[in-house]
Amino acid sequence: MTQVQSQEQVTTRSASKVGLLAPIVLIVVLALLPLLNVSVPGLLPGPTYTPGTLQLLALAMLMASLALSYHLLLGVAGLLSFGHALYFGAGVYGLGVVLEQWEIPLAPAMLVVFVGCVLLATALGAVSLRVTGIPFAMVTLAFAQAGSVLARRDPGALTGGEEGLSLNTGPVPDFLVSVSNTRNLYWLALVTVIVTYLVVRWVQSSRAGHVAEATRENELRVRVLGMSPYRVKLVIFVAAGSIAGAVGMVYLLLQSSAVPTVVSADFTISLLLMVVLGGVGSRWGAVAGAVIYTLLNQRLSTLASSDFVQGLPEIVQLPLSEPLFILGTLFVLVVLFLPGGIAGTTAALRTRYLNGRKTSEGE
Amino acid sequence: MSTVILLFATGLGLGAIYFLVASGLSLIYGLMGVLNFAHGVFLSLGAFLGWEVAQMIGSNTWAGFATSLVVGALAGAVFAAVTERFIVQRLYNRHIEQVLVTVGLALAAVALFDGIWGTDPEFIRGPQWLAQTTNIAGASIPNDVFVTISAALAVLLSIVLFLKKTRFGMVIRAGVENRSMVMALGIDVRTAFTLVFTIGGAAAGLGGVLASHYFGYVSPLLGQTLLLYAFIVTVIGGLGSLLGAAIASVLVALMQQFANFYLDGTGDFAVVVLLALVLLTKPSGLLGRRQV
Repeated sequence: MTQVQSQEQVTTRSASKVGLLAPIVLIVVLALLPLLNVSVPGLLPGPTYTPGTLQLLALAMLMASLALSYHLLLGVAGLLSFGHALYFGAGVYGLGVVLEQWEIPLAPAMLVVFVGCVLLATALGAVSLRVTGIPFAMVTLAFAQAGSVLARRDPGALTGGEEGLSLNTGPVPDFLVSVSNTRNLYWLALVTVIVTYLVVRWVQSSRAGHVAEATRENELRVRVLGMSPYRVKLVIFVAAGSIAGAVGMVYLLLQSSAVPTVVSADFTISLLLMVVLGGVGSRWGAVAGAVIYTLLNQRLSTLASSDFVQGLPEIVQLPLSEPLFILGTLFVLVVLFLPGGIAGTTAALRTRYLNGRKTSEGE
Repeated sequence: MSTVILLFATGLGLGAIYFLVASGLSLIYGLMGVLNFAHGVFLSLGAFLGWEVAQMIGSNTWAGFATSLVVGALAGAVFAAVTERFIVQRLYNRHIEQVLVTVGLALAAVALFDGIWGTDPEFIRGPQWLAQTTNIAGASIPNDVFVTISAALAVLLSIVLFLKKTRFGMVIRAGVENRSMVMALGIDVRTAFTLVFTIGGAAAGLGGVLASHYFGYVSPLLGQTLLLYAFIVTVIGGLGSLLGAAIASVLVALMQQFANFYLDGTGDFAVVVLLALVLLTKPSGLLGRRQV
């Protein structure tokens, strides 16, 4: 037995060393970016130390955190939710409203809002999970829509209606306010995505995560084994909702305003796009999908107003000037032709490469 | 009293529009298990093309109005048939992926409409008579409500007749009941799939033209907004049940109208509360069968 184990260790040691080293190098590079002068023309709007670029990168990292929380729902528990934006929006608006109305310091305010998000996710999750599959998708959509209407209607002049609510910077520490401190917000976003990744990994490897995965594959069998799929799914739902709420609070600090689009169904759909683009069921796929989606969405708008596109004949120019048209079409093509997304396709290519090497060695 | 009658009539009109969208959704889900997110864009396309044609013929003539109804239904039907044949059918029996492609399609189509017709709502007008009102028991009821209700009733009647009297209708009903049995008998269900999409698209396109007269404008988001209520209607009515969709459409629309007027604009919340109540007491919907 020990011999088998040690043999396995020898073969996996080199692989795991690379697996551990690569993320650390990536994190160090990302952490140093605000201090460096790196330009990636076409992909980033300017050198990496400028606030504009840092803002975009921070946004991409927050979207990656959010996509990770959505991965818990879709990739782990197999729950197709169309209402995930509600919990994100609850974090964004919740913190905005609490800071505006109560004027308490940032830390206790965040704690209050986080507890609120957990309670909200528990209550609505308990109702929505009474149905499964497609009906579940519709019910979550309806709840999120109620939240979106609430934000737009501006009850008691709390949410600011269509205009949105700007961040009351009074209770926020100085180092997180103003454009010159964008790099601090960037580091905060980096910490957020790392913590989210670790939390999601922990939830996935917990007992609840394993049972949720089993439920996704065969709910009847889990029930026959004497476990409760409903409770496990609720745990995953609440975990995903709470993470989304927490990310929402950081988002408010970064964008310094809350607008109704963060609660809309379209926002959830963009999360779905990110996760599917990256590959359902893969953690790093969700991160990659979110980063690519955010950068593309941003850069395609710039491309649309560029001289090159404006000079094209109208029939070509019209679709090209709508970033969502390109992203939507790309998404349809990925679902049709690359079912595994980015993660699935790279894995398939790697297997093919390794197999090819093995057979050539055999010859 | 006259207010109650007015709210009741406009509620029925709104319910008729919901039904035109929800009937297709419900049939598609019942037969294929696909939640069609692109149904709203069938509606928007019908509304836009209908309006374009009406403008060409003369938007305040009856000929223009009638042609716009036909063109709207045709546009919806063709778009839906193409969607089913070339996109949804490639992902045969993979329900989540089928939902995902319709989501992507809806996103791309709305963006394209934004590019062609602009994001702002375009205000429209029909024949003079539609904008006038008729007095019933002291309530002045807009005439377009009557047109909308009769159109929805006609659609309901023809779909029911089609399902009961024709061979294709029988295949569809049998498919909703037990799809694998129908396939085992060697009947080509795929034609039925395309057919159901086409019928649903036609109803949605027709609904688009009528909705643009009911609300007084067309916009790329018209379909997406209505789609949401249609989803709620199909869940409350019971997925796959045409009659359930009809009953739930009227119920939801009436509740929305009355809550908006008497309970300080809380119509949308009333609908969501109703949905939660139905799910808590009868998760399969009013007339839905239990999922097997």
